[in-house]
Amino acid sequence: MIQIKIDGKNINTRKGANLVDVALENGIYIPTLCYMKGEPCLGTCRVCSVKVGGATAAACTVPVAHGMEVEVNEPEVKDMRKALVESLFAEGTHNCPSCEKSGRCDLQAVGYEVEMMVSRFEYRFTPRKKDYASEKILLERDRCIFCQRCVEFVRDAETGQKIFSISGRGANSRIEINVELANKMSAEQITRAVDLCPVGTIIEKKIGFNDPIGKRKFDIKSIRERALEGDEK
Amino acid sequence: MRNIHEILDHYRSDRTRLMDILWDVQHQWGYIPNTVLPEMAEKLGLTELDIKETYSFYHFFIDKPPAKFQIYLSDTVIAKMQGYQAVYDALEEETGCVFGKKDATNIFGLDTTSCIGLSDQEPAMLIGKEVFTRLTPEKIVQIIRRLKNGESPADILNPENLASDSLAYIHAMVDSGIRSKGPLFFQNKTDFKALLHKVINNHPEVIIKNVSESGLRGRGGAGFSTGLKWRLCSDNDQKTRFIICNADEGEPGTFKDRVLLMESPKEVIFGMITAGYAIGAQEGIIYLRSEYYYLKDYLEKQLAEFRTEGLLGKSIGGKTEFNFDIRIQMGAGAYICGDETALIESMEGKRGTPRVKPPYPVNAGYLGKPTSANNVETFVAVTSIMEEGALWFKNMGTTESAGTRLLSISGDCDRPGIYEIEWGITLNAMLEKAGARMPWAVQVSGPSGDCISVEKDGHRKIALEDLSCNGSFMIFNRSRDLLDIVKHFTQFFVNESCGICVPCRSGNVDLFKKINRVIDGKACQRDLDEVVVWGKMVRKTSRCGLGGTSPKPILTSLENFPEIYQEKLVRQDGPLLPSFDLKESRRGYLEAISTLNDRSSQS
Repeated sequence: MIQIKIDGKNINTRKGANLVDVALENGIYIPTLCYMKGEPCLGTCRVCSVKVGGATAAACTVPVAHGMEVEVNEPEVKDMRKALVESLFAEGTHNCPSCEKSGRCDLQAVGYEVEMMVSRFEYRFTPRKKDYASEKILLERDRCIFCQRCVEFVRDAETGQKIFSISGRGANSRIEINVELANKMSAEQITRAVDLCPVGTIIEKKIGFNDPIGKRKFDIKSIRERALEGDEK
Repeated sequence: MRNIHEILDHYRSDRTRLMDILWDVQHQWGYIPNTVLPEMAEKLGLTELDIKETYSFYHFFIDKPPAKFQIYLSDTVIAKMQGYQAVYDALEEETGCVFGKKDATNIFGLDTTSCIGLSDQEPAMLIGKEVFTRLTPEKIVQIIRRLKNGESPADILNPENLASDSLAYIHAMVDSGIRSKGPLFFQNKTDFKALLHKVINNHPEVIIKNVSESGLRGRGGAGFSTGLKWRLCSDNDQKTRFIICNADEGEPGTFKDRVLLMESPKEVIFGMITAGYAIGAQEGIIYLRSEYYYLKDYLEKQLAEFRTEGLLGKSIGGKTEFNFDIRIQMGAGAYICGDETALIESMEGKRGTPRVKPPYPVNAGYLGKPTSANNVETFVAVTSIMEEGALWFKNMGTTESAGTRLLSISGDCDRPGIYEIEWGITLNAMLEKAGARMPWAVQVSGPSGDCISVEKDGHRKIALEDLSCNGSFMIFNRSRDLLDIVKHFTQFFVNESCGICVPCRSGNVDLFKKINRVIDGKACQRDLDEVVVWGKMVRKTSRCGLGGTSPKPILTSLENFPEIYQEKLVRQDGPLLPSFDLKESRRGYLEAISTLNDRSSQS
């Protein structure tokens, strides 16, 4: 057992555990968009940035060590997390009211969580091409935040090959879908891919707007409440 | 002509050699044609999109048929101070082609590219593996005319048909530009065989201890203790270990590694051999940026000579347990590959995105094995330490920075080039050596470093404890438009961000917009206040050193030259920001109204 301190609170935990998990187990929620418990850390969204020993670090990339002092609710780093969320809203085109994922979208829920009202960054409305080519999946790239969950965690059941990949570099990168492999995906696999996409980029065709407003996942419980209860879905 | 089958066989269809395979394909067909992808994918156990994922990351891999002569003009700020625009115009004029496109006959294609490591000889351009320096419009006229007449770039640069693995061939294209030698670099007096025996007569532990005691710190920029890095790498249960020479030198304004590779290649290689012995590595890899393709054959020749002399290969120096060899890995145009973990990803045939740390390369690097990645200059310093001793090295320089170091100096000075300096000399003394006249600002360590004021900081010492420097100095006098230079650097980072993390991918675009807003005379104080906060956010939350430093041109110029920003500001009048264009923002509405009015008047 080791001891660490988060926002002044003493915590006993095990060495090497992920800081996001440790915080959550102790009632401290750190928002994440790319991190998934039990999966390798991607470290792409940086929305879990906190201060560790005074230096800013993405909490999902930090294995805890004895004596570590962590600040989650320190004002500057809290504002940075908010800025990162706002940055995502400015970078893509996120029309929440018309999105099938609304009410069950992690980005939207985290937006509420960090108390974002409007993005401080200029909205870009970059035109991005949708991809309809696969039979059951619609790829709505306007909403993509490049978390790369789909790239890393969705594989063809038979060959283990990647179904989603990236092309380009920097602000021009985009997610690609391997149509042939996507068409072989089972219904469960598609549901999983849709669920693990933290936004409305991977959308199952012919399905959407199933739950009425007020009964949607995050209408019932906030992302913070769900995370603290250990409900990953 | 090889077919794709033979190329794949040559690399035993090893997925981790994808970069080499892609280069071979591109050399064979001129580009990466779709037709080869199915076989590549099948043999490598990948999908075609996986292959695209890698090649689309790199600037110099192309997937459409190129022109016969694809010209890449280096667009550094230094080139822009030295007649870049006239050369640019002359290229368009003579080729009948515009930048970013090919000409109608498919003979010429023009493109710009980031710094190619020739800031002392700008303007410069690449055509394939060949490089043309000190360009003028007149030279362009000649070059293009000769290419049109059927000569090749090599015919023009190398009329005597010198062997591509000779130094004479490289000198026919590029000057060394060594301005001052010190005790350490470019001595070229080493008896490598004798030195090898001196090294291997010691236990590897002793070598590591020596390097630690010398105080040598990595010359790539971060300044981590080389001895400690080797120690961490060797304190590992895994028996397969790697040495990497980081010859990616992508930082604009830096060219010292190019000159070391040209003039002291064996000192570099010997440093790698020493490192290999010290940490128990079996393989060394030189990651060479593709802009330095013209050095590849020459470096291969040096390696071959060392193999013949028994300095590389099996049982080196008669030690049966010491087997070590080196290969060259070509990059393909991505600044981010200078980051050691991005470089390792690239070496494994993937996109050059920095890894999440931990684990660090010393524990899990290339192919997941303990890896020590060191800079070209670091290895040369190691060779010197082996020859002259740790104490000799430590006695030079300052407390924190031992030894001497190389600086690449360019910009507004009479004597641009390479200088060996003892750490601790002042900025003013350095500027005087280089013949800087009325210097105003100096960009230290390239765009990722600080933009400092000569007036305020001239007395500062070049050393890790004061004015830390990765080896690049760009000098600007008062005639230069610093805001324009800052804009150029920011654009560079926007282009070179790998895009994997949000702050760097998106935040640099926002900073770029801000600097443009200042230049356009539409910024107010609030814009500058936001630049500081946003810049800090990008620096602190980014995944790697690129985002960790990319706001520095703006932040440090704002700190050291506030007046150049202040004089461009406008006052905010009322609640709207001056950059808010009310008319433009209502354009859609006005167009709709006018269309409706037109319709109703017609009907």
